Amino acid sequence: MNILHNKLNHIELRAIQSEKKHYEDVKAVSIEALKIVQRSRGWISDELMREIAEVLCISVSQLEEIATFYSQIYRKPVGRHVIKFCDSVVCYMLGCEHIQSTLETILNIKIGQTTVNNRFTILPISCLGNCDKAPVIMINDATYSNVNTIDIPILLEKYK
Amino acid sequence: MITILRKPETHPLTWRLDDVHKSPIWISEYCKKNGYSALKSILKDMNPKDVINLIIDSELKGRGGAGFSTGLKWSLMPKKINNQPRYLLCNADEMEPGTYKDRLLLEKIPHQLLEGIIIAGFAIEASIAYIFLRGEYINAAQNIKRALTEAKNMGYLGKNILGTNFNFNIILHTGAGRYICGEETALINSLEGNRANPRIKPPFPATVGLWGKPTCVNNVETLSNVPAIVLYGAHWYKSISCCSNDRGTKLMGFSGRVNNPGIWEVPFGISARELLEDYAQGMQAGFQLKAWQPGGAGTDFLTVRDLDVKMDFQNITKAGSRFGTGMAMVVDHTINMVSLVLNLERFFSRESCGLCTPCREGLPWIVKLLTSFKNGSATMSDFNILEDLCFQLGPGKTLCAHAPGAIGPLNSAMKLFRSEFKSCINTNDKINNMNLKKNTFELNL
Ligand code: SF4
Ligand code: FES
Repeated sequence: MNILHNKLNHIELRAIQSEKKHYEDVKAVSIEALKIVQRSRGWISDELMREIAEVLCISVSQLEEIATFYSQIYRKPVGRHVIKFCDSVVCYMLGCEHIQSTLETILNIKIGQTTVNNRFTILPISCLGNCDKAPVIMINDATYSNVNTIDIPILLEKYK
Repeated sequence: MITILRKPETHPLTWRLDDVHKSPIWISEYCKKNGYSALKSILKDMNPKDVINLIIDSELKGRGGAGFSTGLKWSLMPKKINNQPRYLLCNADEMEPGTYKDRLLLEKIPHQLLEGIIIAGFAIEASIAYIFLRGEYINAAQNIKRALTEAKNMGYLGKNILGTNFNFNIILHTGAGRYICGEETALINSLEGNRANPRIKPPFPATVGLWGKPTCVNNVETLSNVPAIVLYGAHWYKSISCCSNDRGTKLMGFSGRVNNPGIWEVPFGISARELLEDYAQGMQAGFQLKAWQPGGAGTDFLTVRDLDVKMDFQNITKAGSRFGTGMAMVVDHTINMVSLVLNLERFFSRESCGLCTPCREGLPWIVKLLTSFKNGSATMSDFNILEDLCFQLGPGKTLCAHAPGAIGPLNSAMKLFRSEFKSCINTNDKINNMNLKKNTFELNL
């Protein structure tokens, strides 16, 4: 792997620096910094953890404690597209288990796994605040409501 | 579909919304429809104390679920010392299963929230507010950002707002996915860049909050109510609820197998039946109502018997549940209560912050037990353990309300639908029967 892949680039550094001015203490930038880096890298490797901790002047273990606590920070590689599958109560009553099995069958993976071609990862997520249009899934930044099993293959086709 | 005529006097939160266009209300439209006039009027004629008294008089209660008096909360902020910073936090970390009220306000009427925040900031003499927004609310984040820029350009935010000596800024902070961030002290920890563990109270955030400074945490819907109260007064606000101790309007909804799931601004004290039948248009054909939760995943189940209860804090409590977020959900007759409760408990177990043992250890245990009920391998003693765990995780045994909230629906389901739990019990279980005999024998000694 190219060693530069594990170094923060100047765009990321600048984005992190500019967040600092919003807070009394730089530690508050930790989550945003992880998100900034994850946006371009997909996930946070150990080397990147060290880099970010250094920029924020906190220890790696302090940063690790945060990275592992929040569900949207990935410490392992994920696919190019992340499917967040709402498994909370209203979606459950409206049949999200069928959505789950359809996704699992089409992609041939279980929730929490990544397809062999690295195209999709499916992760569970709590209520996406769209319960009046359940079942709901999110792919990357887009929310899809009233999903049904027939639409799923067509929907997935949009994400190459 | 029903048509609702929305007027400023009766629908202060949502009257600006247009059912046809459904697009967000940006600044020109917001200002055309009375927007920022409340801010102008307080900056002209009122001091912070007046604003706090007005909100106390209006009897506005927090809309995050606990229902504490907002004005009182503001008045608990200590006296301002020199230039020590004080913070206002807007809790927009909506993640309670079944709840989607703040999403509407954040996405569609962001300026109303901003105006509420600025007025609240003026009242508690803060100079910075943070909106702690749930990370998955991508559209809301975009809309809030745009609204912030618009408000800055118009001079409603920044230095010397509208030519006065009031300086105030709002910063959007997005989370990274953890339900517990919604608890006010956990929210403070998370904002500071720590794990979102709740803090032990006292000290309360009003005295020792964000970075140890005086801090006030309010929910999105609470703050969105503030501009209208300033404009039309406390007396008007108190008059809009119908025969209820709670004042003003509330965003309420019904989801599940109803004909028209949705969210509506209604006066406190409306009956659940009216909401369900007139607004949500009743149950879908072929589905009967079996149970309902009045206000989110952590509220106790009620049944058909309770449909005439008034939707407000006191009356829902009397009926044996909690008003919570006011976003109700129906369970239809095809749903098995054991499986449903298992779904709820999985959520709570996954979202426990892990700080207290009963919550961290008890919730996964409950999930395991319920799973054994679901697949028919549970025994009578498992039922007793479940009941015992409901007691062990009850109020007062953990640091925050997560654990008591989690066992609420379980406890009520075990009482109301006991037979469904009992019918899962495997009565032919040899080991269980043997153990029972052994126990009897030992007892006889
Ligand atoms: S009750 Fe649960 S969520 Fe609340 S502080 Fe304790 S472990 Fe954390
Ligand atoms: S329960 Fe799935 S969006 Fe609310």
